[in-house]
Amino acid sequence: MTAVVASPSIERGGFNPRTIGMIEALLIPVGALVASAVLFSVFLLFLGKSPVTFFGLIWTGGFGSAFSIQNTLQRSAPLILTGLAFAIPARIGLTLIGAEGALVLGGFSAAAVAIPLVSGGWTPVIGLPIMALSAMAVGAMWIGLAGWLRHYRGVNETISSLLLSYIAIAIMNFFVEGALRDPASANKPSTMPIGDAYRVGSMPGTSVHWGLAAGVLLSVLLYILMSRTTFGFAARMTGGNVRAAQAQGLPVGMLVVTCCAIAGACAGLAGFFEVAAIHGQANASLVAGYGFTGILVAFLARQNPLAIIPVAILFGALQAAGGLVQRRMGMPDATVLVLQGMIFVVLLVSETFYGRIPFLQPKREGGR
Amino acid sequence: MFTSTLTRRSLLKAGAAGLAATTLPLGTARAQAPIVLGAVYVGPRDDFGWNQAHAVAMDILKQVPGITVIEEENVPETDAASQTMESMINLDQANLVLATSFGYYSPFVVETAKKNPNVQFRHAAPLWKEGDPVNAGSYFCYLNQAHYVNGVAAGLSTTSNKIGFVAAKPIPSVLSNVNSVLLGARSVNPNATVQVIFTGEWSMPVREAEASNALIDSGCDIITCHVDGPKVVIETAEARGVKSCGHNASQAPLAPKGFITGAEYKWETIYKIYADALAKGEPLPNFIAGGYHNDMLRNTAYGAGATPEAIKAADAAIKGLIVKKPIYVGPLKDNAGNVVIEGAMDNYDPVLDGMGYLLEGVQGSTT
Repeated sequence: MTAVVASPSIERGGFNPRTIGMIEALLIPVGALVASAVLFSVFLLFLGKSPVTFFGLIWTGGFGSAFSIQNTLQRSAPLILTGLAFAIPARIGLTLIGAEGALVLGGFSAAAVAIPLVSGGWTPVIGLPIMALSAMAVGAMWIGLAGWLRHYRGVNETISSLLLSYIAIAIMNFFVEGALRDPASANKPSTMPIGDAYRVGSMPGTSVHWGLAAGVLLSVLLYILMSRTTFGFAARMTGGNVRAAQAQGLPVGMLVVTCCAIAGACAGLAGFFEVAAIHGQANASLVAGYGFTGILVAFLARQNPLAIIPVAILFGALQAAGGLVQRRMGMPDATVLVLQGMIFVVLLVSETFYGRIPFLQPKREGGR
Repeated sequence: MFTSTLTRRSLLKAGAAGLAATTLPLGTARAQAPIVLGAVYVGPRDDFGWNQAHAVAMDILKQVPGITVIEEENVPETDAASQTMESMINLDQANLVLATSFGYYSPFVVETAKKNPNVQFRHAAPLWKEGDPVNAGSYFCYLNQAHYVNGVAAGLSTTSNKIGFVAAKPIPSVLSNVNSVLLGARSVNPNATVQVIFTGEWSMPVREAEASNALIDSGCDIITCHVDGPKVVIETAEARGVKSCGHNASQAPLAPKGFITGAEYKWETIYKIYADALAKGEPLPNFIAGGYHNDMLRNTAYGAGATPEAIKAADAAIKGLIVKKPIYVGPLKDNAGNVVIEGAMDNYDPVLDGMGYLLEGVQGSTT
């Protein structure tokens, strides 16, 4: 998408096209962030609040201390994974918004699989990978289903993945409030706790759980997959033009379903970490909106798996600092949502600047 | 909307104080030994319900010199709750964290309490037990006593003798409120019945409106409820021209014509106990439970819907509850005909905490 700006033969402002692409990919999102910060400052001034205080608090709450940085990273961990869940299908031209359902169902399957493992006395060294794999498998099947419906039955994947999310949440509620309910969870139905031995701890020296490391690792792997392999090339080509890809004999159906399955696996893994690192059981708290925030993250990262990492950290920081803004400035919790919304809108507008920044444009040659 | 202006103004003050406290040199700040209470809410502070009840109490504490109140709303029952509590401790030096939503307790309050042994944590549901961190604890009020008063007032304000109840989930604390409304109404009006509809969710405004309308259509002329935010229920009743009784916080401004009274928490009583103990350096109680007898509940000031007889009888009922007059006096049958209560039960009898039935006189089913 970003790399294909012009054929190499055209001279553009003294830069080669690859450099131009990189400059644009950096300059435009950062410019959009600055522009939305300026817009938001105007908004704050209208409310009689100081933008300087506000952004100072965002810094303090998001990055100002070791505690704040860990708070930010912990909050960004699920967003990296759900961001990937949107970005990978987006590269093949699909708009899948069902990561929330895959996360919930993945987390639920991890908790459900854990019940016999824990009661059977299996060691966590074996049990945790089984939980993680089943979460990824279930997530992969769930989003894979949306991809399959898209390619083979022509069902709009945006609608079907959203509806599948509701079904996933209903399935979890059905079991959590019924057959798999821990009798001790009277007022908040939950599955049996997985116990301390089965909890995924924090990374050494931090209070951030391993989901962050998994997210970063997957981002790198998926970046390599999407930009440095024939699979990734075929997927991006399909995203560019399905008919052309089919004409070339590419296995479009397989590519679509695989990309969706990868996305579902990422979301399912996020669900696994929610259960194994955070809740210790599955219940309605798994439905926390990470799947939907991931869409914003992926958009801001322009579906680039590597860019998802810093963007998720930015969102984590905004959420971490949102509480501080409430407490110190007496502003409602929606403040940070307004800022996020502004960033999103400005970012969509900024998309139009790609290939249109004057000083990066080709030099006009003699009178033409 | 006096609550919102009050909140905003006092919040600004608290915010300024908080900023001043952090910019002061550490030594000075320590010398003053400020008491910082951090309140975590699951919904908006002005939801006309559970969260507002806590926020109103915190507003009262803000007026107490030497106490700084910090608040965070819309904190989900996820890891965000742990992070918020940690942030209040690390960045705002909170000494006491009040986690007000049921789902915050396990694992979030428990684990954050273990990590911060010098900070006190109190959670608004009876979940703390021996073996849990000693710096954590629970507080809880038996709101069914105030619902009993609702029932008394409703029993003498109804003409159809049918009271409608919009309930969230068929769990013990909700069932006890439904049954108490019935017993209150029956104590003054033997013909009164209660019809209950469960929505299945703590907050599901669409279903709450549907349930309210269905109850009114079936002849109920008073509507009350137990959901997180009773706003929709009370507004629907008012719009349909029937009377209403409130729940959690004051909904009186929502129903100028039909409001009778409402069951309200008086959390400030408990919060003041905590603040006093902190100021004196005494240990905080791990478990506080209360009701009318120890000033932890109130009923909303009577509205236009309450008849003079209703007001008189409800005032008398409150006097009775203050001296622990029992609500559940047997023999009582459930609505399937089984005897469930033999003799008079103390209002705080733990047996009542496991209530799984609706009494005879309540139309509805727990399943």
